Amino acid sequence: MIDLIQTYWVYFLIGQYPQGPLGGVAATVLLAALALLLAMPIGLLMGLARTSSIAALRRPATVLAYLIRGIPLLLMVFWIYFYLPTVTGHKTDQFTTMLIALVVFDGVYLGEIVRAGIEGVPRGQYEAARTLGLGHGGAMRRVILPQALRSMLPSLVNQFVSTIKATSLGYIIGLTEASFIATQVNSQVFVHPTMVYLLLSLVYFLLCFGLSRVALAIERRQARRGLPGPARSPGSPTASAASSA
Amino acid sequence: MIQFDKVNKWYGDYHALVDIDETIAKGEVVVVCGPSGSGKSTLIRTINRLEAIESGTITFEGEDVHRRGVDLNRLRSRIGFVFQQFNLFPHLTVLQNCTLAPIEVGGARPAQAHEKAMALLDRVGLAHKANAWPAELSGGQQQRVAIARALAMAPPLMLFDEPTSALDPEMVGEVLLVMQGLARDGMTIVVVTHEMGFARDVAHRVLFMDQGRILERAEPHEFFNHPQHPRAQQFLADIRTPFARPA
Amino acid sequence: MPGFDLQLLLHGQYHEWLVAGLLVSLKLAGITIACALPLAIVIALLRLSPWRALQWLGATYVEVIRNVPLIAHLLFWYFGAPELLPDALKERLYAGSYEFVAAAIGLTLYAAAFMAENIRSGIRAIPAVQFEAARALGLGFVPAMRRVVLPQALRVTLPPLLSQVIILWNDTSVATVIGVGEMMYQAARVESAAFHSVEAFGFVTAAYLAGSLALTAVAAWIHRRWPVRTL
Repeated sequence: MIDLIQTYWVYFLIGQYPQGPLGGVAATVLLAALALLLAMPIGLLMGLARTSSIAALRRPATVLAYLIRGIPLLLMVFWIYFYLPTVTGHKTDQFTTMLIALVVFDGVYLGEIVRAGIEGVPRGQYEAARTLGLGHGGAMRRVILPQALRSMLPSLVNQFVSTIKATSLGYIIGLTEASFIATQVNSQVFVHPTMVYLLLSLVYFLLCFGLSRVALAIERRQARRGLPGPARSPGSPTASAASSA
Repeated sequence: MIQFDKVNKWYGDYHALVDIDETIAKGEVVVVCGPSGSGKSTLIRTINRLEAIESGTITFEGEDVHRRGVDLNRLRSRIGFVFQQFNLFPHLTVLQNCTLAPIEVGGARPAQAHEKAMALLDRVGLAHKANAWPAELSGGQQQRVAIARALAMAPPLMLFDEPTSALDPEMVGEVLLVMQGLARDGMTIVVVTHEMGFARDVAHRVLFMDQGRILERAEPHEFFNHPQHPRAQQFLADIRTPFARPA
Repeated sequence: MPGFDLQLLLHGQYHEWLVAGLLVSLKLAGITIACALPLAIVIALLRLSPWRALQWLGATYVEVIRNVPLIAHLLFWYFGAPELLPDALKERLYAGSYEFVAAAIGLTLYAAAFMAENIRSGIRAIPAVQFEAARALGLGFVPAMRRVVLPQALRVTLPPLLSQVIILWNDTSVATVIGVGEMMYQAARVESAAFHSVEAFGFVTAAYLAGSLALTAVAAWIHRRWPVRTL
C-alpha cells in the first residue's frame, strides 16, 4: 500500500498538471469552490424571491426549485453535455459542463438555505426595525439579512461538502477529478482495487468530515452570540436540503 | 395627540376591536389594562400600524395613520415602541442598536448619533454596557436598552406593549423606574400592562378593555377604588383575591 | 434541434430499452428503501441509546458513510469488495448481475446514513419532558416511547424522510457508473445508438420528475392531514 501511495499521490492530488489540465483532488476542490461561489448570487436571488410577498416573483422561483430538485444532478449533467453544444455551436468540455450543472443545482439549494435563513429570523426583529422607522429595504438590509446570512454559514459549509461530493459525477463524463484518477490508477495497478477505492474514500472522508466539523464549530459560536441558528424545521416537507451523490 | 374615531378591527370573523373612540392628549400617561384577549395589545399596535384596521380612523399629530399614501416610516420614527420580547438586534452592540435608526432614518452623522445614544444609555443606567452584545445582558437590562433605542429618535410619543411581562420579578422594578422617569419629564405614554402599582402611581388615566371594547375610563384613584363597570369590578377582584371566587 | 419524435418512445427497440431501464430504476429504489429504513432505525437508536460505545458506533457509521460520495461507495462495492472474497466466489459474483447487487448495497448503506439522521432529529425534536411526563404517570420505557414520544416523532420525521426518498429516487441514476441497466444507462445507450435523442432524455426527465413530484405531493398531503401539533 505504501508504494501505491508513494507512486501515485501526486497524480491523485493534481492530475497531469502541468503536463495537462488540473486534475485529481485539486480539480475536485477547485470545481466545487468555483461552483459554490458562482451560485451564491443566484442563491441569494432565489431565496429573496421565495420569501417575497410578490407572487410574480415567488411562484416562478418555487416552481423552478421543485423542478430542479426533482431530477438527478446526473441527468442535468447529461443534458448539458449532450445538448448544450447543439445550442451554442461548440463542444463544452467536461469541466465547464460540470461547472454549469453544479452552479444551477447549488443555486437552487443555496436558495433554500437563504430562504430558511430569512424565515429563521424571529418576526419580532422585523417589527422592531419597522417601528424604528426603517423601510422594508432598510429593515432587510440592516437587520434581517445580516442575521440570516450569519445563521446560514454552517449550512453554507455543508453545501460546500455536498458540492465536493457532487463533483464525483464528473467521472461519468470523463472529467479527471479524484474518482476518475483513482479508477485510472486502479486499471494500471490492477491488483489492489480494494486498497485504491478505500484510499479514495479516505481522502473524501478527511476533506468532507473536516469541513463539516468547521460548520459545527461556527454553529456553536453563533449560538453563544444569541444569533438564530441554521433553521431546522423538522416539520416542513422541504426541510432536507441535503443533496447527495 | 392620538385620536381614535370609531375604530374597528377583525381577524377574519373575530371582532378584535369594537367601535373604539378615544382621545389621548399630549403629556398624558395612559395605562390600558384588562383580561387576556381583551384587545389591549391590538389597540396599541394599531397606533403605529403594526396592525391594520378595517374601519374608522386613527389620527396621530393630525395625520391619518392608516391612510394609503401616508409616509409610514417617518410617522413611525415619531413613535417609540417597546416590545414585550425586547427584540434587540443580536448582531449589533448595545450602542449600535441605539444608533441604527438615527443614522439610517434620521440621517445623523455617526459621531452625533453616538453622543446622543450614550446620553440615552446613561439615562437608563447602562452607559457602561455600550459595547456589550444583547445576548450578554439580563432581561431587565435588555428592556432598558430597548427603551433607549426607542428614545433615540426623540419621539413625542412612547408606546409600551406589556414591557415587564417577560421579565423575572426582581427586574421589573428597574424598567418601571425608567418609565416613571419618562413620565415625569412630560412624555406622552400609552402602556399596556398588568402592573397595577405603576398604573396607580404614575398614570393619569386608566382604560379598561374587555372583548375589544373600552368599557371604562377613569383616573387611577377612581378606577381602583370605585370601578363602575361590572366586568372591571370582576377583573380587579380577580387580581386582588385570586382564591376568593364564589362557588 | 431535430423534431421530437414521440413514436420513438412508444414503439420499437428504444422504447423497450427505456421501459426496461425504468423498471430497473424502480426496482433498485424499492429494494433500497425497504432495506435502508430498518437499518436507519437501528442506527438512529444506536445514537440515541444510553451507552457510549453504541453511540460512537452509530455516529461513526453516519459520518463515514455521509462524507464519501455515492460514486466512491459504488466503485468500492463493485470493484473493491469482491477482491476480499475467495476467487471462486468472486467469479460467481461477476458472472451473475452483481452490479445490481453492488448498487443496492451501496445505495442502502448510503441512504440509511441520511435517514438515520432524519429519524434521530425527529425523536430529539420532541422535548424530553414529554417522555418524563409519561414516565411520571407510571408508564414504562417502551410504552412511554410507543404511546407518547414516537407518535409525535413520526409526524415530525415523515416530511424530511420523504425528502430523502426523493433524493434516493434521483440517486439511483448514479448506479449507471457500474453498469446497472437503469434509466440513465438506457438513455445514454439510445443516445449513442440513435445519434441524438432528446426523446430518450425527455422520457427519463419525465420519469424522475413524476416520481419526485408525486412524493412531494404525498408529503404535502401528510403534512396537511396529520400536522405537527406543538404547544
